[in-house]
Amino acid sequence: MTYLGLSGAPRGVGQLRGAQSFPDAAKEALGNDQLRANLKAATTTIRAKRAQVVAEVPDWTQLRSAAAAIKDETLANLENYLVEFESHVVECGGVVHWARDANEANQIVVEIVTAAGASEVVKVKSMATQEIGLNEALSDAGVAAIETDLAELIVQLGHDWSSHILVPAIHRNRNEIRDIFLREMDGVDPDLSNDPPALTEAARRYLREKFLSAGVAISGANFAIAETGTLVVVESEGNGRMCLTLPGTLITVMGIEKLLPQWRDLEVFLQLLPRSATGERMNPYTSMWTGAVEGQEFHLILLDNGRTATLADPHGRAALRCIRCSACLNVCPVYEKVGGHAYGSVYPGPIGAVLSPQLTGVSDNPSLPFASTLCGACLDVCPVAIDIPNMLVHLRSRVVGERHGGARPSLESMSMSGMALAMGGPRRFEIALKALRVGRLLNGRWSSSRGRGPLSAWLRYRDLPTLPKKSFRDTLEKRDSR
Amino acid sequence: MGLFITCLVDGVYPRVGESMLRLLRRLDVDVQVPRSQTCCGQMHINTGYGSMVLPLIRNHVESFARYDVVVASSASCVGAVRHHYPGIARDSGDEDLVRAVAQLAQRTYELSEFLVDVMGTTKVGAYFPHTVTYHPTCHSLRALRIGERPLALLNEVEGIELVELPQAESCCGFGGTFAVKNADVSGAMLADKLSCVRETRAEVLTAVDSSCLMQMGGGLSRQGDTTTTLHLAEILASTR
Repeated sequence: MTYLGLSGAPRGVGQLRGAQSFPDAAKEALGNDQLRANLKAATTTIRAKRAQVVAEVPDWTQLRSAAAAIKDETLANLENYLVEFESHVVECGGVVHWARDANEANQIVVEIVTAAGASEVVKVKSMATQEIGLNEALSDAGVAAIETDLAELIVQLGHDWSSHILVPAIHRNRNEIRDIFLREMDGVDPDLSNDPPALTEAARRYLREKFLSAGVAISGANFAIAETGTLVVVESEGNGRMCLTLPGTLITVMGIEKLLPQWRDLEVFLQLLPRSATGERMNPYTSMWTGAVEGQEFHLILLDNGRTATLADPHGRAALRCIRCSACLNVCPVYEKVGGHAYGSVYPGPIGAVLSPQLTGVSDNPSLPFASTLCGACLDVCPVAIDIPNMLVHLRSRVVGERHGGARPSLESMSMSGMALAMGGPRRFEIALKALRVGRLLNGRWSSSRGRGPLSAWLRYRDLPTLPKKSFRDTLEKRDSR
Repeated sequence: MGLFITCLVDGVYPRVGESMLRLLRRLDVDVQVPRSQTCCGQMHINTGYGSMVLPLIRNHVESFARYDVVVASSASCVGAVRHHYPGIARDSGDEDLVRAVAQLAQRTYELSEFLVDVMGTTKVGAYFPHTVTYHPTCHSLRALRIGERPLALLNEVEGIELVELPQAESCCGFGGTFAVKNADVSGAMLADKLSCVRETRAEVLTAVDSSCLMQMGGGLSRQGDTTTTLHLAEILASTR
């Protein structure tokens, strides 16, 4: 069962943590000019498309409020909706499994695939299965998982990681893609050009065979309807529809927060998602299914992996409203500079900076909440109105709080305490202002941008302001102040 | 009216405070500067040290208790008072503080908000014969939603030539302690912003937050650029 509201809720494991801190990983990414050029071009285009189609909807603000309200109500009563949903899936011939974390979910999938005797499975693009590292788990069990979304296929064949929730190969250009296909795709035309239609045709030929031969398909879910037990996948290429309908066994891995109470709630979300995600008025394919169809075996895995722990935090739980549209990534000036890999988690960008540390616990992702200038562009475009900047501030205080629990105070916490003390009263503050003026002696001579302190970090890219002779308060006449 | 100086202006950019005072006096506002004010605590809050700022909040609230209106030289500091103080006061469990903070938040304005919304004017009698480009800071744009107010004020300045900044709404990369914690990303964002500033060929870059101007001005100076940075108050305060 789930651990709703329980303090011992399981932490998220799987592909949610990077080996490096964000600043270190970001520095590496910044050195890649090709990556930055690709990112800038792609995010600028998709930003403009989104803005245009959102502006067409007269009741966008109301849709957004409705979506936030529906998600909040669902999350507040998740235990009831989950049970209701489960019972309908079972009634319609599905088998429901509950997984407390990534490891359990992987184990369940491997058992089902092994029982079906499959050595190869086809996959619909899915964040949940990336989160749990399913392809790696299957590979360890001797099963090849074939990604059938074009961009995911590029990433997979390139032995690479996704760098964007929706456009996973955003960091690759067409020349790189051609080279990957030539190197990795069986039976590919050796004269393959870098022309997008030619590249798509090559992928199509390759995937057709996989769809027809695979015995098992694995998907995620964009939405799940509690009152009917229906699952929903939206996509652009039709590969999802092939996976969901052709193989004899279908396995769906879904985060428990994907639920919507009623069928009619979809009306709201199917308007918000495509416009926010790809900047399209409507996505090309919307597949819905309820339980197993005749002759098909259907397994549903309900994944916790840190979600109930997130739900327990009143300031953080709104992150579970996320519908993985990526609008926040596309407008984020930090993401635009560094791309997705720097975040170390399958969830990059602003939503990743709040979701990943919540799923894993902040101690496992302490640098992500600081990976933002709090510029607020993400909140403006979020179709479910997640207040990401405020949530980042909240998570920063949790990081600081957990650090304080440690043995020795850090240099940062000592200077913050010192400053808070100096600013705690006017007399102390005036002394601090006078002390600051001692810095005038160094005006123009602060040049070291090496070293590790905050001053050298500042000096790496900017000069310091020239300090004045007098503070503002010292310039005031008696009549001005009291 | 009480002038909310902000600690950065007090210690590093006194000319901005002087300009605020001169401008508001010229408009016949009864301005006073409470000496008891120190810092609003924004940097602490945004860096995760919100638990340390309760004494700063109390001091700030007491310093401005006697004023009908409070006007600040920084949008992000107003943002801290409006958007972060209420939550911290609530967490403290001090009901009097909760009430005082709610009232103070309603009476606190960023400069352009005060001029346009409270004084009801965009004409402040300024003269500034230079080419100027305006960067809307993130907190003024998305936290306070001051919109076109600064531009409306700048448009009425005699002699000014306003040049539109390309990609104006992108962040300059400052972000408080982000500028040092993530210095390399901040530097990359700054480089993009400055290349847009250079495209305008403006003599002056202006904004409503001295902190963002410190980032952009520091970058311009490092790159040997001659464009100067001035706070909106400095332009509005200048006369013939």
